[in-house]
Amino acid sequence: MLTAAVLASITFAVTFGPANITPVDVWGSILHHLGLGPSPLEPLRDSIVWDLRLPRILTAGAVGAGLAIAGVVMQAITRNPLADPYLLGLSSGASLGAVAVLLLGSALLLPFAAFLGAMIALAATLVLAGAFGRITPGRTILAGIAVSALAGAVTSLIIFWTVTGDSYREILGWLLGSLAGARWPAVGIAAVAILVAGVPITLSGRVLDAFAFGDTSAATLGINVQATRWIMLTGAAVLTGAMVSVSGAIGFVGLILPHAVRLLVGPRHRLLLPLSALVGASFLIWADTAARSLFDPRELPVGIVTAIIGAPVFAALLARRRVNS
Amino acid sequence: MSVPAMNGLDAQRVTVRLDGRLIIDGIDCSAPSGAVTALIGPNGAGKSTLLHALATILPTEAGVIRFGDDDLLAMKRRTRARTIALVEQDATTELSLSVADVVSLGRIPYQGMFSDESVHDRAIARNALDTVGMSAFAERDVTELSGGERQRVLLARALAQEPRLLLLDEPTNHLDISAQLSTLALLHDLAAGGVTVMAALHDLTLATGWSDHVIVLSGGHVVASGPTGATLTPRLIEDVYGVHAEIIERQGHRPTIAFSPRD
Repeated sequence: MLTAAVLASITFAVTFGPANITPVDVWGSILHHLGLGPSPLEPLRDSIVWDLRLPRILTAGAVGAGLAIAGVVMQAITRNPLADPYLLGLSSGASLGAVAVLLLGSALLLPFAAFLGAMIALAATLVLAGAFGRITPGRTILAGIAVSALAGAVTSLIIFWTVTGDSYREILGWLLGSLAGARWPAVGIAAVAILVAGVPITLSGRVLDAFAFGDTSAATLGINVQATRWIMLTGAAVLTGAMVSVSGAIGFVGLILPHAVRLLVGPRHRLLLPLSALVGASFLIWADTAARSLFDPRELPVGIVTAIIGAPVFAALLARRRVNS
Repeated sequence: MSVPAMNGLDAQRVTVRLDGRLIIDGIDCSAPSGAVTALIGPNGAGKSTLLHALATILPTEAGVIRFGDDDLLAMKRRTRARTIALVEQDATTELSLSVADVVSLGRIPYQGMFSDESVHDRAIARNALDTVGMSAFAERDVTELSGGERQRVLLARALAQEPRLLLLDEPTNHLDISAQLSTLALLHDLAAGGVTVMAALHDLTLATGWSDHVIVLSGGHVVASGPTGATLTPRLIEDVYGVHAEIIERQGHRPTIAFSPRD
């Protein structure tokens, strides 16, 4: 049913905006490009569907799913309900990696540099959080803020020294999280990340379940704790790196969607992972549609939309934790 | 010193160092199958560390840990998790899992990495929950249970692993007296069914009344071990704990201990 919701979201989201396109046109155009029959649209409108809107929306879906999966993994492995790629500094690290290679040339390396940045930022956050004693949720968030701030500062420095004129606005939009530039290559990068990291993680939900009562408990259940932790977190960094390289640092998706889904279906990962992915995909498709249509013809970076929704949710989670403890 | 235990647990020269500090210093100990062995000793004696080492989830610096014919340290993780279960002290979660879900975690060693639990797994988990008398709690949120209720749920999770060796770290903590006694009676039933049971207990009265064997730990060393009645003597208690003790035995009752301060 949720899969149908995602397909419907894709279809209807494409029809949003100028040029008056119907859902039937959307599927007609898709079939045409898959080599099945003529397009119902004239070349210009067909191009709007196939070259602009469809890749953008598919990218939004993949990014939403990937960030939601990364969020669930980080929450389970660090046993921190507030963990998310954005809050723990991975997104900033990925942005730094991406900006570094982007401005030094070579777009081909972009996803790899972003992955490397995410991985380094993650390692830095965890080392920093553990440096002064036991790793607690609060300390991890603070460490994430410190790592984010540093990565952000270096990113700004690089941009300040190298960027001139019009590209300034473009790169700022990307930094805030934007899908405006997403074309088919972006779909490809995001899809590969979902395939190599997202799908295997989603299928290994029982392994994440084993961490419910902590590392020792997972070990008594036959889990190789150290190896699993690093494989899972590397998977989260692959997803974050790939998604940031196509869409910038979109925040809070990895935080709010898993929590919402947990309220509905409970915390068992066999269910939580796939549902979070599907809900994350639908959510980001609609958030991006809102971002490009609300103030038409001006466009908001979608990261602003997710932050406006996500920040209050984060605050509510913080408040609930205080009541609990 | 140690009890010969061909079919139980037999550990030799087990040494554990944590953060550079020697916690367990070349311990020999054993627990016969079909019996309840109590691991006792003052706070900080290394009871919990030894249990974790015997469960082979702490890196041991040296030593051999055998169970029956198996070398536990050489066993594959999943096989090991089907052989040994450890009930930790005060394990908690923030996840709102149902009690049934928590117990079914014990079936993970029997499942493939990408697979979910089978009908068979569910049935065994249900049985385990029934064994500890918590069936009525199956759909309850585990984060809303009392400490004692949670402790019994975690015991059920361990039973769902169908272990041949059951290690428990202070299993009677948080339990009221009737639950303490029913837990210890349950451990005896399990032992009678062939499971090797070893429990760290800080309550000497419970240890003397309910264990078949004791291992007395002090400062990272085994100071005595053997059948409970012959080993846990007033003299030993005075040496290890620094208090006067009198073992009281009455017809038809389990032995108990009266303590008084030394001078």
